[in-house]
Amino acid sequence: MNWTVIQQSLPEFAQGFKLTLWLSFVGIIGAIIVGIISSLSQYFRVPVVGKIVGAYVEIARNTPLLIQLFFLYYAFPVMGIKMAAQTCGIIGLIFLGGAYMAEGFTGGFNGVSKSQLDSGRALGMSDFQLARYIVFPQGFALSMPALAANIIFLIKETSIFSVIAIPELTNTALDLIGMYYQSNEYLFVLVVAYAIILIPLIVFLTWLERRVRYGTFGD
Amino acid sequence: MAEEILKVEHLDKYYGDWQALHDINFSINKGEVVTLLGPSGSGKSTLIRTLNGLESYRKGTIYFQGKKVDPNPKEWQALRQKIGMVFQSYDLFPNLTVMDNILLAPTKVQGRDKEEVRKEALALLDRVELRKHADSYPRQLSGGQKQRIAIVRALAMHPELMLFDEVTASLDPEMVRGVLKIIKELSDQDHMTMIIVTHEMNFAAKIADKVLFLEKGKILEETPGKQFFDHPQTDRAAEFLNSMDF
Repeated sequence: MNWTVIQQSLPEFAQGFKLTLWLSFVGIIGAIIVGIISSLSQYFRVPVVGKIVGAYVEIARNTPLLIQLFFLYYAFPVMGIKMAAQTCGIIGLIFLGGAYMAEGFTGGFNGVSKSQLDSGRALGMSDFQLARYIVFPQGFALSMPALAANIIFLIKETSIFSVIAIPELTNTALDLIGMYYQSNEYLFVLVVAYAIILIPLIVFLTWLERRVRYGTFGD
Repeated sequence: MAEEILKVEHLDKYYGDWQALHDINFSINKGEVVTLLGPSGSGKSTLIRTLNGLESYRKGTIYFQGKKVDPNPKEWQALRQKIGMVFQSYDLFPNLTVMDNILLAPTKVQGRDKEEVRKEALALLDRVELRKHADSYPRQLSGGQKQRIAIVRALAMHPELMLFDEVTASLDPEMVRGVLKIIKELSDQDHMTMIIVTHEMNFAAKIADKVLFLEKGKILEETPGKQFFDHPQTDRAAEFLNSMDF
């Protein structure tokens, strides 16, 4: 292991690190929004939309992100829709992540007890009010474990962006290896970089999960 | 003539092919207390849940304050603001404080002024001796306390009719009394119109103006309260009352 090689690569990895964080952040926020909307539309069996969402979730979860990205990056321009690589990456991550998030939220929303809904209905609440004041806050707390797992999963999935030449962490490492043939060093930095993102995040999410659960249900 | 709050005519309810309620007919006037008695599985809870649209029905008609109920979700949602219901499992919202539990529906559903409802809520909490718990969370309360809050939450909507579905069934024996006392007061002091499903026979005997005795989804008899407990009309009801005695 050559420490000088590692040191010299750090500025480039720092760029990749920032980009991985940024793409993950935008993608995850987008995925959460898509997931919540998808899940609520299925929960309340919104006509037509619920069915479309069901199909979307199945397609997105049962095709690899790699193929989804190829589609966005190579096939869409043929159909006249040309997007920057990073845009493709974010859209791909939201497309995939939204479906996983939807499944996670659906699990949480379905975990809200029927008697809670009855008691909301008995107070004259509309479906929208039930969603806003009962299903969403309680279901969200119940889906925290799935949410946390999906966040971690999606951050790791950003490594696939390297195939459409987005200079995030993995792409940076592969590039450097291609140029200087120092694979041990660069792969080492790559692993450390992901660990720096993911380990504190896992600790934080586990803590948050407990907080939210206690704040909502008191156990 | 007394004002009729609710009337049920020829109501049938099915779960799939299985008929849960057979040709139910009864009515309740303003200020009256009707208790539904009968063995487990006789359809008491199903019936009371049908009365505010939590269960659908296949045939029959429900009239609320003389007006025929068109059984669609929108209409039920509007009517439920006038029909309070308290459940066996209390079902306070665990993520809200006691006060927010009470304020939620009057402010969000009825759009009433928050401060005005809060004042009223505090007065109601005083009445059930739980004012000091206004800012507690449900998890900090005992079952009996939770149930008293659930009653307050329903009352804050200014209902015309209250439905109580086995509200003491999951309480510790010493908690039961406090809850029943409040319901009795609602009848004596406020002349609240109430339909009550209960297994507390002494309580039913004291509060009921009218008893509907159900078995297998049918009303076997409809008898004025006192008379039901002294001289039930049917052998089945007599047998039921005997089995409750120790």
